[in-house]
Amino acid sequence: MSESTPSTARGVVPARDEGIPGVVGTRSGLFGDDHGSAEVSGFGVIDEVVYAPPASAPPYGGWFDLVARRLRQLFPSAVTQVVVYRGEITFYVERRALPDLVRELRDDDTLRFEALMSVSGVHYPAQTGHEFHVVYDLLSMTHNRRIRLETTCPAADPHVPSVTPTYPMANYDEREVWDMFGVIFDGHPGLTRILMPDDWVGHPQRKDYPLGGIPVEFKGAVVPPVDERGGRRP
Amino acid sequence: MTQDTDPTPLDEEPRDDVGTPEDAPDMIAPDAAPGEEPEESPDEADTDDVFVPDPSVFAEDGDPDGATSYLASGADWDDIVAEQAERTDSVIVVNMGPTHPSTHGVMRLVLEMDGETVLSLRPGIGYLHTGIEKQMEYRTWVQGSPLISRCNYVASTANEAVYCLAVDKLLGITDDIPERANVLRVMAMEVNRIASHLIAIGSGALELGATSVTMVCLQEREHCLEFTDSYCGLRMNHGYIRPGGVASDLPSDGLDRLRELVRLLESNLPAIAEFTLEQPIIKLRMEHVGTLDLAQCMALGATGPTLRATGYGWDLRKMQPYCGYDTYDFDVCIDTGMDSFARWKIRLAEMDESVKILKQCIEKLERTIGQPFVIDDPRIGPAATMTVGADGQGASNEHVKLLMGQSMEALIRHFKKVTAGFTVPPGQVYTAVEAPGGEIGCHLVSDGGLKPYRVHLRDPGFHHAQTMPMMCEGGMLSDVIVALGSIDPVMGGVDR
Repeated sequence: MSESTPSTARGVVPARDEGIPGVVGTRSGLFGDDHGSAEVSGFGVIDEVVYAPPASAPPYGGWFDLVARRLRQLFPSAVTQVVVYRGEITFYVERRALPDLVRELRDDDTLRFEALMSVSGVHYPAQTGHEFHVVYDLLSMTHNRRIRLETTCPAADPHVPSVTPTYPMANYDEREVWDMFGVIFDGHPGLTRILMPDDWVGHPQRKDYPLGGIPVEFKGAVVPPVDERGGRRP
Repeated sequence: MTQDTDPTPLDEEPRDDVGTPEDAPDMIAPDAAPGEEPEESPDEADTDDVFVPDPSVFAEDGDPDGATSYLASGADWDDIVAEQAERTDSVIVVNMGPTHPSTHGVMRLVLEMDGETVLSLRPGIGYLHTGIEKQMEYRTWVQGSPLISRCNYVASTANEAVYCLAVDKLLGITDDIPERANVLRVMAMEVNRIASHLIAIGSGALELGATSVTMVCLQEREHCLEFTDSYCGLRMNHGYIRPGGVASDLPSDGLDRLRELVRLLESNLPAIAEFTLEQPIIKLRMEHVGTLDLAQCMALGATGPTLRATGYGWDLRKMQPYCGYDTYDFDVCIDTGMDSFARWKIRLAEMDESVKILKQCIEKLERTIGQPFVIDDPRIGPAATMTVGADGQGASNEHVKLLMGQSMEALIRHFKKVTAGFTVPPGQVYTAVEAPGGEIGCHLVSDGGLKPYRVHLRDPGFHHAQTMPMMCEGGMLSDVIVALGSIDPVMGGVDR
């Protein structure tokens, strides 16, 4: 397994089945964001492309193969890529196939992932056409296993089918991902904002949304946003 | 009373301090003074950066589509009465919160009531949203620990633990954590579990009007917090668990304090069970209230005591052990009542199990005195060796001597570690631990940099909030509070 799960894959262009480029982002300089800073060491002009862990090839080891084989049997083309990293398995799936896939994941005897513990969004602005990733962490209490599904959607078409018909517990999670990233879950029973105020404009967890970029309003005074105070950057 | 004859001192004092506008700290925009023209016109500076809301996206009064929405803006009482009189049914809408004292933080419940019966309930959350997940993307990996601690501030050690376990896993050092560090982590988590359960029980009883239970619980919690204070300097929001281990070892009298804490808890905790479990009022208020069976728990993602109250003994400490929980002898507490009272009983029993674990921690801590409490990796461990001097905790004399007099490289490394921290290989992991409320999970993504790329906290209270309609609809208004108390949501964790 160690060959397929290198501790760091930086600078290595991973072999991809199709679709999802592995670029996590680019960093410059020693501290990651040195463009425009005053440091003179020369490190500030070094750009580095960061890649996610590369795709794994079977056998994945242990029960991973069992689940992967069964998924391949049920949905020959839905899983585009499998990554085994740090003892966890991630299936990259086509977003169109997601509703049928999760239903089988829950109901099939060999799979039995009864619980969708967490839905999380991640924004990768560098991955053109796959800017938004939605990550589902599933738990099988029957078999005591965890797997992860990951699907992507482009920023121009931020639609992912909802999994709430199969997992009602994903209701609040999908509302949160909509609230924070602006991913629209088609078929969700009531996709409204959940953490931000109802009339908020924008999706705060996107990478292009500034930290503290909103002025704090008091009666009769305005405190400027963090990134505009005294020339500081967050 | 007029301003002229009786100016309040509060009005007067700031006037003396206010100097010229140049003296004002830049926190307060001088531009905001009324009547003055701002130096920069907002149109020039902000055309590209500021969102201009599109008014067409909001519904307006009279728009045909969409269900009735209830906003918190309020209205004239006469209008509300008139609107109610126009309805032909007897349904009234009750807005409970968002600052109702008997909800666990700032939570809002919108209830449609027919008399005393709840027809529908919709929780409104987000009032305590502070963007902790976003903030963590701008802080180093180590700074994330005290920050995530502030999510669920009642059970904060579980937040730190799940985050630090995720960082450990991404670093690939999970198996290299020293034994003593794991024991200290378990000790911190279990003390915190007792403190959190005492709040759940105490505030749950307070919501029923039983103030003496609350007082007893708060008193016992005080012992737990004092102990926490003694080893990390903070009663709440500890930041004690760090990537690679814990922040500091026990102080010299730490083991004695732990023994004393265990002695106190062992003698006092049973009393809470004694005077509540057979108490007829508590039983009448809690039994068959807020019922959730196994299928409902599974559908809505309920975990922890709520799930175990259905008779299903799912406890991550047993099922997917972390921090060496598989080396401790304890039982998973279950009940088959499926109601608020069953959850109450489980919490009481779990505190006894936690005390049992603490006693085993004492043995292990005695055995590992002097062993490292943080991973032996100069990249990840603390920047300095710390001691407690007469004036508080600080870098030890030996460390200062090394930096200032002996090793330039050590000084550079110290500086780099304090300012930049360490990098974590790119990738993503999900870790889960058994928090007092249920499964708390952390989905952590790294881009190989000095800061997390994305942190997502799966808080049990967030999922428990969506079980509220299932537990309360069809029941009495007074039972809503009991049901809410029984799932113990802490809004700091729910809203993050």
